Amino acid sequence: MCLAIPAQVVELLPDGMATVSAGGITRSVSVALVDDVALGDYVLLHVGYALHKISAEEAEATLKMMAEAGLIEEELGAGQ
Amino acid sequence: MKYVSEFRDPALAQSLATAIAREVDPARSYAFMEFCGGHTHAIFRYGVQDLVPSNVRFVHGPGCPVCVLPMRRLDDALELAERHGVILATYGDMMRVPGSGRRSMLTARGAGADIRMVYSPLDALALARDNPGRQVVFMGIGFETTTPATGMAILTARAQSLTNFSVFCNHVLTPPAMEHVLAAPGIALDGFLGPSHVSTVIGAGAYRPLVAQYGRPMVIAGFEPLDVLQSVLMLVRQVNEGRREVENQYSRVVTEAGNTRAKEVIEEVFALRETFEWRGLGSVPRSARAIRPELADFDAEARFAISEKQSREVKSCECPAILRGVKQPKDCKLFGKACTPETPMGACMVSSEGSCAAYYTYRRAETMAEMEAAE
Repeated sequence: MCLAIPAQVVELLPDGMATVSAGGITRSVSVALVDDVALGDYVLLHVGYALHKISAEEAEATLKMMAEAGLIEEELGAGQ
Repeated sequence: MKYVSEFRDPALAQSLATAIAREVDPARSYAFMEFCGGHTHAIFRYGVQDLVPSNVRFVHGPGCPVCVLPMRRLDDALELAERHGVILATYGDMMRVPGSGRRSMLTARGAGADIRMVYSPLDALALARDNPGRQVVFMGIGFETTTPATGMAILTARAQSLTNFSVFCNHVLTPPAMEHVLAAPGIALDGFLGPSHVSTVIGAGAYRPLVAQYGRPMVIAGFEPLDVLQSVLMLVRQVNEGRREVENQYSRVVTEAGNTRAKEVIEEVFALRETFEWRGLGSVPRSARAIRPELADFDAEARFAISEKQSREVKSCECPAILRGVKQPKDCKLFGKACTPETPMGACMVSSEGSCAAYYTYRRAETMAEMEAAE
């Protein structure tokens, strides 16, 4: 719940929503709380809402660490 | 240095550890509270305590939302699911937390209550859309990081005229809890590691009044172990130089003002409660959010009659004192015996962000040995 996952925006949807991808998992999330989100941006994702844009380097480094720790699937609620 | 190899940049971890060891004054001690349960977890997972000199001590704070939720509120949520026949949507972290009589959402679900685990309030909204004949209640819980998401869900429900969606609101605030810890007698703290993600929302500026009033250094720290090490070095330097400032180690993400839009959503949807009960801290004034009266249609507490009840904590569970930072898991005689992650007696053993769970997962043998030695 308190973790944030860096995810890449792969599709912009109506109503402030977007499809994002993290660690091979895609999800539909809200980007309504972040200004000017563009395709390809990385965002920090919290319980289904992007809270902040981050750099690609930051995102990749964090994702690598989380993948090693097995945290991504746990946090994205995969398989539910 | 058995853990350094696990860091993303072992050389950097090593040089930070060396710098901390070099700059620490051996004639004094340093007690730093990491407020956030995510930091607690990182400190244990990467053995950060073993990378710093023994006179630098981490005091684990109350920043684990599941741990600080008083049992009464969990019992109320169980009542909503069992007596009012709603679909209760909740984050997975809540499922195994013991309520009165050791009952949990998991056991209630086993007994027929309709409780669904969701990843996001968006999933709870979808449940309401897909089940028009049922009332869906989302268990809103967490600090300022999860509050905007709950707020957005309420605004979305209003925009879509979803009349069968409401929130049982338990959202709490970080700065008042920090202040409560600082104002309490019996705890000597030399500084705070400020939370990563809470600060992306409220901004570094939110802590300045607190730091000015109580004169304790604060370093907002990223959530990776390297961030934590660097932040400890910054805290040590502040203490050594007699500075009492808010520093932002996590400046690549955290700004001075935070996320303006998220703060606007919080203000639009939520008011401050005059007071709120925290496990461990007791009643803390103006430390929690309630849904504004004009949005009462989306407030489960306004919509359903929740009965008065006496919730009873497990008597010998030391969760409350551990959450205040005045006791450690080894001071609880239940630790590792009656209370384990499989059979938790208190919330601190349930959540991966809880102190007891962290000690159990990463330092169980040492902790049990210390307990035996003390007997």
